[in-house]
Amino acid sequence: MKIPYYPGCTLKTTAKPFEDTTKAVSEVLGIELLEMPRWNCCGTVYSLASDDLMHQLAPIRNLIRVQDMGYDRVTTLCSMCYNTLEQANQLVKGDPEKLEKMNSFMDQEKDYTGGVTVVHYLTLLKEMGFDSLPVKNPLKGLTVVPYYGCLLLRPEEISIDNPERPTIMAELLAALGATVVDHPYKLECCGSYHTVDYKEVVCEKTYHILSSARKRGAEAVVLSCPLCEFNLDFRQKDLEQELAPMPILYFSQLLAVSLGLFDALGFDQHYVDPEPLLKEKGLLR
Amino acid sequence: MTEDIKTRMIKVYIMGREYEVPEGLTIMKAMEYAGYRFIRGAGCRAGFCGACGTIFRKKDEYKFRTALACQTPAEDGMYLTELPFVPANKAEYELEELTSEPSIIVSLYPEIARCVSCNTCTKACPQDLQVMDYIQASLRGDINQAAELSFDCLQCGLCAARCPADIVHYHVGQLARRVYGKYVLPRSQHLKERNDEIKAGAFDQEMEKLTAMGLEQLKKLYTERDIEK
Repeated sequence: MKIPYYPGCTLKTTAKPFEDTTKAVSEVLGIELLEMPRWNCCGTVYSLASDDLMHQLAPIRNLIRVQDMGYDRVTTLCSMCYNTLEQANQLVKGDPEKLEKMNSFMDQEKDYTGGVTVVHYLTLLKEMGFDSLPVKNPLKGLTVVPYYGCLLLRPEEISIDNPERPTIMAELLAALGATVVDHPYKLECCGSYHTVDYKEVVCEKTYHILSSARKRGAEAVVLSCPLCEFNLDFRQKDLEQELAPMPILYFSQLLAVSLGLFDALGFDQHYVDPEPLLKEKGLLR
Repeated sequence: MTEDIKTRMIKVYIMGREYEVPEGLTIMKAMEYAGYRFIRGAGCRAGFCGACGTIFRKKDEYKFRTALACQTPAEDGMYLTELPFVPANKAEYELEELTSEPSIIVSLYPEIARCVSCNTCTKACPQDLQVMDYIQASLRGDINQAAELSFDCLQCGLCAARCPADIVHYHVGQLARRVYGKYVLPRSQHLKERNDEIKAGAFDQEMEKLTAMGLEQLKKLYTERDIEK
């Protein structure tokens, strides 16, 4: 399967392991990721002001680039990019007047027709069937909780799964052989960009999410968002309360481990190193 | 006969006032013909220095246009003016103290995070550069791409004058190229070797011989030199 791939800014820097492991996995699964030759920032945070079209230009321009590539689908990894791109997409699909105005403003581009769909990589995997994944190194004995946060599921119109009771990541992790436990804070907000100015807000969230995960028996938390990753992982160093270090992993990293792809895991870019845990479980070579 | 070779005149409006100027002049020369004298806002007059960025409108057109005044022909019905200078925010830094970390550009020019990809800068660029793309590349820390996409920039400042986010693109591109040149591009080995040779005095004797020669002797040496095939 060939599909355009929209990376997003963090995937090229702080979330490099997310991209590297996804690329390695895609090669094995026969997903040819066509990285977009031209792309700009997704818009980072969908603008909720209904008359603020200026902030919708960035996402829609990216969708025009996908259209220019001759495809009607684009996949992305970062939850924030997925959310911003698809929400803007839904906005213009449902409002021809706004689309016309934006097309007229972007007069150096071809008009966007509204014909592109943004597909999160987890959805692509689900379409292929989690059971068909060629797992070589099942994640036996590893107990994990999936953490969805907000951006993959809200608002409902762009949700990649049931927005209240999502199971997509749990199904994936179970198919990889991990023991998956449910977790009441799987939809909780991580505190998002408060991490810049109100670190304490994020620390409180991080503590609640991770201590609860720990109580449920989780040994690692699995997610799909570079900002959640930063908040849940790196804010552990700023916690006031005692908390045993909890490894935070991108789903693609565990997918890579389960497929026997150990070259680009990028564990050195985490605050809590997941390597000792995975070694203890005999999952790393 | 004189009627036939008489230059056709066109009407232009300079700062709102009507002038008749000969057809075929550049915007800069048309303004000079009308009596304006450029002390600033003009430089090489050959499209290289970037001093003469200008704004104008064409007859019966809503587009607000930008160009280099020395490179763009004046047309009948044009509304013209000159931009002598674009005031711009320029970060202060010591190149020696920088690194090629992805965050380096945004740390010195945090306002690039205000880019909403409206592409107005790209439309303004008289060099047809993908200006927005190099700002976006700078924002995501792709210094190589920012340097390469901005390579042909003349620093005219029209991008910055038009940007609704108050970004100074051309200084951002210049920083990207400096960092790229100093920290990303590989050092050329042959240059280092030649520098070492020069420092060790390998050419001193030859140089002394040349500087001691008279003009005629030098000319003779030059015309009779071996030309590498």
